[in-house]
Amino acid sequence: MEELDVEPAITNIPAASDGKHLGFAWGPGDILAYETLYMAPGAKGSGCSFIHEVRKDEDIYSPILRKLFNESHHIFVGLQTIREDLPSKNKKTQFVSISKNYRSVIRACMEELQQVAASVLVLQVSILLAIELIWNLCEVLFIDAAPAGPLLLHLLDWVRLHKGDVDEKAREVLQSESPAEHHDYWDVVVSYVLQGRFEEARQMLVKQATLQPAARNMYKLMDTLLSKMPFYNPGGTQTLTEFDVKWRHWHEEVDRCLQDNSFASNQHLEIICKILVGDEDTLLEHKELLSTWYHFLVTRLLFCHPTVKPTELHYYAQSCMTMFLDLRSVPEPLDSILLAAFEFDIHQVIKDCSIALNNWWFVAHLTDLLDHCKLLQSHNLHFGSNLREFLLLEYASGLFTHHSLWQLAVDYFDNCPEFGHVYLELQIERVPLDTERKALKVLRICEQRQMSEQVRSICKIMAMRALRNNRLGSALSWSIRAKDAAFATLISERFLQDYCARGTFSDLDLIDNLGPAMLLSDRLTFLVKYREFHKLYEENRFSEAAKLLLSLITAKIAPRSFWMTLLTDALPLLEQKECNVVVYLLLELGDMEKI
Amino acid sequence: MCRTDRVPTAGILWLALVVIMFVARSIAADHKDLIHDVSYDFHGRRMATCSSDQSVKVWDRSENGEWHCTASWKTHSGSVWRVTWAHPEFGQVLASCSFDRTAAVWEEIVGESNDKQRGLSHWIKRTTLVDSRTSVTDVKFAPKHMGLMLTTCSADGVVRIYEAPDVMNLSQWSLQHEISCKLSCSCISWNPSSSRAHPPMFAVGSDDSNVTYGGKVQIYEYNENTRKYAKAETLMTVTDAVHDIAFAPNLGRSFHVLAIATKDVRIFKLVPMRSDRKESTSTGPTKLEVQIVAQFDNHNSQVWRVSWNITSTLLASSGDDGCVRLWKANYMDNWKCTGILKGDGSPLTSSSGQPTAMSTIVGSSVQTSQNALNGMSAGRYFFPPLDPPRAGTRYGHLLPPSSLIEHCDAEPIQPQQALPYRLSSRALLPLPEAEGQ
Repeated sequence: MEELDVEPAITNIPAASDGKHLGFAWGPGDILAYETLYMAPGAKGSGCSFIHEVRKDEDIYSPILRKLFNESHHIFVGLQTIREDLPSKNKKTQFVSISKNYRSVIRACMEELQQVAASVLVLQVSILLAIELIWNLCEVLFIDAAPAGPLLLHLLDWVRLHKGDVDEKAREVLQSESPAEHHDYWDVVVSYVLQGRFEEARQMLVKQATLQPAARNMYKLMDTLLSKMPFYNPGGTQTLTEFDVKWRHWHEEVDRCLQDNSFASNQHLEIICKILVGDEDTLLEHKELLSTWYHFLVTRLLFCHPTVKPTELHYYAQSCMTMFLDLRSVPEPLDSILLAAFEFDIHQVIKDCSIALNNWWFVAHLTDLLDHCKLLQSHNLHFGSNLREFLLLEYASGLFTHHSLWQLAVDYFDNCPEFGHVYLELQIERVPLDTERKALKVLRICEQRQMSEQVRSICKIMAMRALRNNRLGSALSWSIRAKDAAFATLISERFLQDYCARGTFSDLDLIDNLGPAMLLSDRLTFLVKYREFHKLYEENRFSEAAKLLLSLITAKIAPRSFWMTLLTDALPLLEQKECNVVVYLLLELGDMEKI
Repeated sequence: MCRTDRVPTAGILWLALVVIMFVARSIAADHKDLIHDVSYDFHGRRMATCSSDQSVKVWDRSENGEWHCTASWKTHSGSVWRVTWAHPEFGQVLASCSFDRTAAVWEEIVGESNDKQRGLSHWIKRTTLVDSRTSVTDVKFAPKHMGLMLTTCSADGVVRIYEAPDVMNLSQWSLQHEISCKLSCSCISWNPSSSRAHPPMFAVGSDDSNVTYGGKVQIYEYNENTRKYAKAETLMTVTDAVHDIAFAPNLGRSFHVLAIATKDVRIFKLVPMRSDRKESTSTGPTKLEVQIVAQFDNHNSQVWRVSWNITSTLLASSGDDGCVRLWKANYMDNWKCTGILKGDGSPLTSSSGQPTAMSTIVGSSVQTSQNALNGMSAGRYFFPPLDPPRAGTRYGHLLPPSSLIEHCDAEPIQPQQALPYRLSSRALLPLPEAEGQ
């Protein structure tokens, strides 16, 4: 077994470091830690008794990221409903559009964070930026799986999207009084060229050309070179070979210009020409404008290998990274992740991301999407689907620690065939039932999933709580929902006691409308029937009342302790016409007393 | 060459092993002596603390996450070792055990609105269980599907199982089982499985340090026919003193997972042998096949506590190295240390037992080790240089105003009249049990 390649994270607790122990207790979303000393009956502790609440999943508590969680949840649910039997071509389009939806949610979230612009959030913005960058590359390489030709176009889009500072700088230059003389002018032009944005580069160059009428021809030549550079058109009829021939032709033309010193008198144009020809040294001289090795990679591909195949990528990526980074500097996690992606090593990407990001959102959603694309299985991993489930379970468990996000987690658990149901059972019963409304919400989720034990437990908890607070009606209806006969009996007795003490019933609405639910327990049945007797009596239907009373006693569902009350209730009936019934009743009662 | 079809290496087996944590807030518990146990209630909204100062405190979490002490009272006449909550189906019930040779059951009674406004709650003693002749070292409620049952174990080597037959009358507890384990007991854990396939089962650990006495962890299982607990297994490989023991949530599996704190952390798998069970119609307990899953000596010496999180994806342990270590299995069921909580040598001090009027925010920094993340701190996208510990940020801890912390030095209010509707109760019938050897 390979050794663990990351050390566990150490969280410092403000507590004594030696000679003492650190006690702990698990909570739903945190751990409580406290200083203690185990097994020391005589040991005297100091007065220092702090309990420290230690949390993970910090992201869960960020109000802006909540939007990310909420909206990605919709996308996730949509993805799960994509039918298996769709033709794979249609599916691929759908998967790409789902991937784009995920990314646009990240972008929206990032923009919102940037507006808040508090320094605390800088970290989150940078993490989201990285996430989006990685996701976008995975989309190009794995999900869209662009072949040679379109591949470079996608990579160019990828670099352009994540190197937006060119546009900012360009705006600054253009808004100045004399753009062509702005000190950032050439940086902008070169940056455009490096990103293959020749239209913009040419527009900028026009401004310079008008300032230098003498060099007009030179500028015109550059404009021609730029405008003639062929780009592969995936929608067109041109084959890749035809494109390649055309591109080589152009490349030779640029090279000729360089050889015959066409731009020798203008250092800037010469540099651009060298870039166009793909001169490595010139490119590396512009590290600052490129800013990253993967920009360097894409630029180099653009000017040297525009028909690069996916399978060749990792070779160029590796060499660009080595060339670009100082020999001394160690690749950072982001570099390794991107490199792994260029190597099409999906599992390494997922692994590195989950280590580096301390954020389950990204790996869980990306892995789920890749799994739907059948990309994990293609690696011949028998545990491919488990990887997906493992990550989804982790993510959803994190959501469950949040007071409102837990509801999103339910759908994630639902889509984990192996352990999703058990996890949901374990987590949902821990959701604090602060209000009846919340309890009903939790209950509905459990009922929909036939989680009968959780349903019973929630009702029982609510019934107990209501009883403790002397809300008998609520306690009764919750215990009926729990089908808890013993508890219903207990509450019924409370009702009867209350009646004995006060002579009136509470919660009449409930008792009068129980229907078949009254059969849950004998005592409850008696309570309902006894109340019925009172109602009949009030309505002066004495005969029926007397019969009911009698049946209550003969059917032996009246608790013995209640007989005196029943007899007392029967006394007024003696004054009524139907005394024969009552006499019979009393005789009967007398008989039973003897027994 | 493209590596699309390469066979995965062990490298991908370790996923997301770094659990970054931070101290969100620090609460001045204001116990006058060592805290021995802190216990969350089922929903994580309340906690109970107990201490050598012989008291138990109950804390409630408010809407904004702050903790307020709502009750504090003297519970025992000795150090209180453990405090634990009953399942909320049984109301608000606590049990504590102590050096004073007793265990006690406490129930919160719904106070007058006056008290609620002052943020106080009333706890009354429902019963004192005095059967032990020595220090009661652990107290645990049995899984709720068994009813309201309380288990204690004590230094004299006896496990006692009590039952409250009427959940509305917690002053009546009957001693249902008394199981002699022969060795000084330090800890017990119930198997939480509610599956019908699994009869009630608990494990008991002994801190007897004499290795010649053999296995220090015994597993007992209930037998429907004899209505007694009988020993199903002794973990013979665990010969050193055991300080804590914890069954993992079952997750619908056929086997059980047990974590043990001894001179190291150990995780065992207990696999019931099905075929055996069918044959033995009445007598013997389920045979268990014991497999060791993991064993870690990172704590260097004794390990004192082990405990699982809700879904048993993380195991925490506390040991002589002064650290709490978090252990995590990946999806291939391989276990590794994934996080460490460590005292930084700068304990917060509160003067003279007063809840410190500290407005200082206690270390809410994200501390990471020399791991990948440090490498990233200079990254372009990841983690730009972070502000040092974010003093005064949103994670400010709140200390309860001193007025909320009561020090009752006397016993609390006497139990009220037992609730009136309970008509009869079973007599206390000690049932000494033949221990299955």
